[in-house]
Amino acid sequence: MSEKVKVTIDGITVEVEPGTTILNAARQIGGDIVPPAMCYYSKLEGSGGKCRTCIVKVSKGSEKDPRPMPKLVASCRTTVMDGMEVQNITSPEVMEARAGVVEILLINHPLDCPVCDQAGECDLQNLGYEHGLQKTRYEFERRTFERIDIGDKIQLHMNRCILCYRCVFTADQITNKRVHGILNRGDHSEISTYIQTAVDNDFSGNVIDVCPVGALTDKTFRFKNRVWFTKPVDAHRDCPTCSGKVTLWYKGADVLRVTARKDIYGEVEEFICNTCRFEKKKTDDWVLEHPTHISDASVISSNHYETMIPLPVIQENLRLQEANKVELEKTAKF
Amino acid sequence: MLKVEEQQPVEFSPALITKFDEISSRYPEGKQKSALLPMLHEVQAELGWLSAAAMDKVADYLKIEPIEVYEVASFYSMYFLKPQGKYTLEVCRTGPCCLVGAEKVMDHIEQTLGVKEGEVTADGLFSWRGVECLAACGFGPVLQIGPEYTFYENLDEQKVDTLIAELRKK
Amino acid sequence: MARKLLLEHINVPGINTLDVYRQKGGYRAVEKALKTLTPDEVVEEVKKSGLRGRGGAGFPTGMKWSFLAKPEGVARYLVCNADESEPGTFKDRYLMTYIPHALIEGMIVASYALGAKTSYIYVRGEMMPQIRILERAIAEAKAAGFLGKNILGTGYDLELYVQPGGGAYICGEETALLESLEGKRGNPRIKPPFPAIAGLYGCPTVVNNVESIAAVVPIINDGGDEYTKIGIGRSTGTKLISASGNLVKPGVYEIELGLPVEEFIYSDEYCGGIANGKRLKATVAGGSSVPVLPANLTLKLANGEPRLMSYESLSEGGFATGTMMGSGGFIAFDEDQCIVRNTWNFSRFYHHESCGQCSPCREGTGWMEKVLHRIEHGHGKMSDIDLLVDVSRKIEGNTICPLGDAAAWPVASAIRHFRDEFEWHVREPLKSQETNYGIAKYAEPIAKAEVTTDN
Repeated sequence: MSEKVKVTIDGITVEVEPGTTILNAARQIGGDIVPPAMCYYSKLEGSGGKCRTCIVKVSKGSEKDPRPMPKLVASCRTTVMDGMEVQNITSPEVMEARAGVVEILLINHPLDCPVCDQAGECDLQNLGYEHGLQKTRYEFERRTFERIDIGDKIQLHMNRCILCYRCVFTADQITNKRVHGILNRGDHSEISTYIQTAVDNDFSGNVIDVCPVGALTDKTFRFKNRVWFTKPVDAHRDCPTCSGKVTLWYKGADVLRVTARKDIYGEVEEFICNTCRFEKKKTDDWVLEHPTHISDASVISSNHYETMIPLPVIQENLRLQEANKVELEKTAKF
Repeated sequence: MLKVEEQQPVEFSPALITKFDEISSRYPEGKQKSALLPMLHEVQAELGWLSAAAMDKVADYLKIEPIEVYEVASFYSMYFLKPQGKYTLEVCRTGPCCLVGAEKVMDHIEQTLGVKEGEVTADGLFSWRGVECLAACGFGPVLQIGPEYTFYENLDEQKVDTLIAELRKK
Repeated sequence: MARKLLLEHINVPGINTLDVYRQKGGYRAVEKALKTLTPDEVVEEVKKSGLRGRGGAGFPTGMKWSFLAKPEGVARYLVCNADESEPGTFKDRYLMTYIPHALIEGMIVASYALGAKTSYIYVRGEMMPQIRILERAIAEAKAAGFLGKNILGTGYDLELYVQPGGGAYICGEETALLESLEGKRGNPRIKPPFPAIAGLYGCPTVVNNVESIAAVVPIINDGGDEYTKIGIGRSTGTKLISASGNLVKPGVYEIELGLPVEEFIYSDEYCGGIANGKRLKATVAGGSSVPVLPANLTLKLANGEPRLMSYESLSEGGFATGTMMGSGGFIAFDEDQCIVRNTWNFSRFYHHESCGQCSPCREGTGWMEKVLHRIEHGHGKMSDIDLLVDVSRKIEGNTICPLGDAAAWPVASAIRHFRDEFEWHVREPLKSQETNYGIAKYAEPIAKAEVTTDN
């Protein structure tokens, strides 16, 4: 067993396994010092390094070689060394550079949040809110792509894409056949299938969950509701294809959307299959567990849980209410 | 995006397949995907451009997914994903060539051929485009014509006229 | 007359054939290395020579070789980077066209030193004629027993292949080149791991520029010590300089490192001065990526001493008053050239060639190009100039590969040294469409008061 290495991030020291990246070491500490990640995804091999939002300053390389690293580094792809000292939010240089990356990610973004289904759970929106400028210095027409249809399950809005490559890694690593990829080069790069074909196999829906922006959204949920008006509930079912552990997004008694469960960094806990995601949209299909924990900082949590107890299904079902009267009163008091 | 119904089937000549075999023998076993770029050059030399059907056949030969071929073909600037003129004049438009008159040469080609960059003349003979540095800066302005990428150096309007006249006669 | 190591026999008729090349002493290095030296001894000679990578970064070649991992039972590869695409650089094309065997011979010796059994020369696809030339030369060498199984009876086997690229400047970056050689998009890899540990097909790999590999031949023939006698300081040996732009005699020249820049531009042995009797306004000394310098700083250091063609002298003064050797692509601008237009042109190049992986480079190069286009065409604003500097800073140092830096430096340096010309374009939008700003004060002797050095 190899010995753990010590790394200090923004003054907080943590011991981690050798080979851990700075980002993952920061996630072990948790809280505000965790760099944001738009392209890195811990469940996808080879991801990261591209978006540059997670850049940090290494002010001391290691105990053995204390020289600082000459440039800011992508924390998601830089492994820690024993004695390394890293600055993230305590470095003005990092904050300035990150604000620069955010500005650059937004120059060609359509900013169509008012009509985007991702709004409210969009990493770019959060990032823009935290680091963005009030207005852009970009005075040219924004880049647009021809709309393409990739099937009846997944909606592709290329104009919103930040080219994180996560969906490509997902298709390569989670599904059995990749039919979409990155075409062209430079700022003309686009997600496409090239010839008209549907992105459709047992696990293809996961590209929706990994997409940090509104480039890939659930067509079956399209324009149905704003996510902050829907109420997430963790549920499971006995699924022969996947773990069956999901989050159901309710509006009233209707399940509008099914997604995988996500952790505090927005990553899915377990990938789910398309049957669970697209075809099981009745409460009867599921065993409900509890309301999903949503961070206080999220707009989704703003007006939820007072009406989540009892669950909407129970609220509308008098027989259930009658049968569980005592229990329901207890919870209401609590 | 291409519609499926627009696809035209293609046939590769036996000579091309033999060439494929020779190319893929250059790489260690299991690494035949390395043959992709040279194979696409060969296909383009034979067919003039890379249709989706042609790329699918290449994918089939290399036992890779078609999207892997589309991704590669669209990344590199030399592969034509649309039909071109029989002769595509590719003029270097980068700094050093512009210092010695590349822009004039391009204007002249546009006027002489009567088509804009990227378009094909009505007779199907010519198309032209500006390309980035061709690494012949000391001999500029330069242009090249595929599939063997024959080079024409120290160009001026007169030399372009002569070249176009010669190509027409061929 | 300066010593020539690579181009000595360039004018000999038929030097592109094996027979003539051998008559002129060709393939001696292969015989010497394979028959009398161990691989480690070859590496040692190259280390001793002080040869620095000729592709642009200037990293010591011998050192790079000695970093190569040598795990048991794992293949090692040597890949020659002949994806010459840096604007202003055309020396490798020249070398491969006229003396292909110099590269082949270097490849054999270098492959032997590294223990590679299969080596590739990755040539940019546009150089199809050079690919044919190399393929023919390889066939000749193989027929003569310099390639294939049991070379010269020494038991060393080597296969050498030429790989065409598909048209992408980014494939000149070594990890993008390896990706491309594996049949993928030319997206640079995140380092570490470096190719010396995990390169082609995940195996230890060395990637060297054409000229670096060709330079191994004279180093082995004459010894590393002999090589260090040419040149100056840590810039040893000779270097091919591609001279282009407004020169009387543009072309490829082999110089002894340490030659004064002034002599290179004006002497008849080299470029013969500025064409059409005009005056020199500015130069880009090492390929489009390096900072552009006005004429006065090209010829003289900030302290008034002559600037030399060497890695150290060209970068003297840092980016404030210096530039870089780069790949040796020397571009000269005469007094009637427009720096703004050229900066826009270079910026378009980097925009076109960005692979699109890292967001700062993907989006930032396009942004810079659009702003520069606006200034050049008379629609610019004064604030655009600072905006450009700011955007270039956001790209620089913040990408996986050095293309971001290469895109940022020409813009930042043009504004650093030629700000008045940019401002003139904004102030005189109509006039700037018809005339040029001219030579201004760019060629005037550096005033004493302006002398600033970093130390």
